[in-house]
Amino acid sequence: MRLRDNNVFRFWSFVGIPLMIIIIACFHQGGYYTHLINTFGIYIILVASLNLVNGFSGMFSMGHAAFMAIGAYVSAYFTLPTDIKYSFLPGLPHWLKDIQLPFLAAMLLGSIAAMLVALVVGFCVLRMKGHYLSVATLGLIVIVRSVLDNQDSITNGARGITGLPDHAVTWTIFFVAVVVMYILHRTIRSGFGRELIAIRDDTVAARTMGINVTKYRVLIFAMSAFFAGAGGALWGHLQSVISGKFYYYDMSFKIVQTSIIGGVYTLSGSIVGSLFMTFVPEFLSPLESGLQIFGVQLPEMYGLSNLIMAAFLVVLIIFRRQGLVGYSENIVNSIFSPDVYKAAVSPKEYKKLLGIIASKFTRLLHKKDNKS
Amino acid sequence: MSIEYIISQLINGLRLGSVYAMVAIGYSIVYGILRLINFAHGDILTVGAYTALTLMVAFGYPLWLVIILSIIISVAMGLLIERVAYRPLRNAREETTLVSSLAVSAFLQNLITMVFSEQRKAFQLPDWLTEIHTYGIVKLSTMNIIIFATTIFLLIFLSIIMKKTRIGMAMRACSDNQRAAALMGININVVVAVAFMIGSALAGLAGIMLAGEYKTVDPAMGFAPGLKAFVAAVLGGIGSLGGAVLGGFILGIAEMAFAGLLPTSITPYRDAMVFVLLILVLLVKPNGILGSDEGGRS
Repeated sequence: MRLRDNNVFRFWSFVGIPLMIIIIACFHQGGYYTHLINTFGIYIILVASLNLVNGFSGMFSMGHAAFMAIGAYVSAYFTLPTDIKYSFLPGLPHWLKDIQLPFLAAMLLGSIAAMLVALVVGFCVLRMKGHYLSVATLGLIVIVRSVLDNQDSITNGARGITGLPDHAVTWTIFFVAVVVMYILHRTIRSGFGRELIAIRDDTVAARTMGINVTKYRVLIFAMSAFFAGAGGALWGHLQSVISGKFYYYDMSFKIVQTSIIGGVYTLSGSIVGSLFMTFVPEFLSPLESGLQIFGVQLPEMYGLSNLIMAAFLVVLIIFRRQGLVGYSENIVNSIFSPDVYKAAVSPKEYKKLLGIIASKFTRLLHKKDNKS
Repeated sequence: MSIEYIISQLINGLRLGSVYAMVAIGYSIVYGILRLINFAHGDILTVGAYTALTLMVAFGYPLWLVIILSIIISVAMGLLIERVAYRPLRNAREETTLVSSLAVSAFLQNLITMVFSEQRKAFQLPDWLTEIHTYGIVKLSTMNIIIFATTIFLLIFLSIIMKKTRIGMAMRACSDNQRAAALMGININVVVAVAFMIGSALAGLAGIMLAGEYKTVDPAMGFAPGLKAFVAAVLGGIGSLGGAVLGGFILGIAEMAFAGLLPTSITPYRDAMVFVLLILVLLVKPNGILGSDEGGRS
């Protein structure tokens, strides 16, 4: 038995320890690492929903930022304090100015708005294939951005909206992330998900089997946009400021990049990719400001960490096209498998784990013996 | 709205369009052969502009030498990118190479930021280029005339290469059917390298022109024109030279028309209009205006 198949190991590495870190983060609101963990959680939502489109249904959308923007703005309309709405957003209808909803409800409304836009756009755009779809979704970002920048009375123009209440705290983010993951996990394992994968692997064959390809594509695109809207709402309330320029190419590219790094064919890939893309650039950023290594003062090199990440992405694509995770869905399966939780409290499973580790060690020792 | 105004907007459109057309040709040739949207193509344009800037300011070379050297460096950069980032991915899915090109684009942008700093830098072409000539109601700068002439000359030149020479035939064969072409003894690597050479040379030249037009350079300057040039290539029918040029001119004129002739309340939406136009054209003609039948809609 391999280590990664052992339920106790799966529990602690994929559920127990992450959960502890998240709980600790919940009690340290406002800290630097808490912020990183929050960003990580939001990335999981965004990347997983992108993987649903790009990995499981064989389309290639790059328009995630547009749906995030819609989710963020619409949810902000429902959570902003009334006086801010009156002074900065005079174009809103009166009922909307006076209304105040709890965050999760506002987020849901934002997601629904994003989904509706995706439904409309999907009918036009999803008939195109491959690259044409990518470009059309890129176009969507530009269109949304210019609406946001120019409809001053309801978006406050390019200045953006500031003063969003900080509802996106760690527990909200991870609550949403787990719910989203669970829904996606169930979707992919349902008949619907199988049909999607059939469309991805062979569109013509899928159509011959009686699958209505366009309908499924539009549905899945809308579903992905729904979660992207939720992610965007969380993002906006985490940063407490939203404006068109945050939801532009850079954002979309970063999400696409994260999804490719982690692995586009699995949901676990979105977790690993987000982990990688949130924390590694942070550790690289000291390099930019001129780090001192072994007494040698490196010069200031602005842009170096992005440079390294881009180079890494090229190398990764060349040598491991399927992403870091590849095709293994172990992480997400562990999180939602009852066996894993049962194993955490049964001594028998711990004994098995010890057995595996012991056998690994002995094998390691033998190898050393052989070499010498 | 006077007739002079409309004509001057039209000329602006043609000028912008010829820069788009030049970049679009590169996209189109590369896409035709590799089915790759080379997002790094726009950054080759930046490389060309920065090389020209360095050679002019730091070394004080004359303009003709600057242009030749910048084109050579752009071509070298294009070939290097192809060798490092695209050749290992020859058999991968379309989307994989697309992401690779995005990464290369980010790499180049950050490299230029790192070397030259993020600030805009002034870019001054010699005065005789920006001098304005008046022909009746038409006003043109020397630069405009050169840009038009170059674009038209290059289009004719490239069409002849594509139609008459061996390498042109090989390129057309590759974009029709790469495997069959390889079986007929065509060296795919050479064909791809030539495609990248032509594309990068044009992009480098377009970079200098664009920098001269705006009188500044910055590390992200190539991105937006690159994307629009790609839209132009798709609009005209990606894979066809004439389509790229036609798309470039349509896009340039449309953009200027949106900016100059429509009421001012719509003007800020000009970038959005460009994409709406693209989506509409693709819905009616999924392969672009001059595109072939293959590809497009599923």
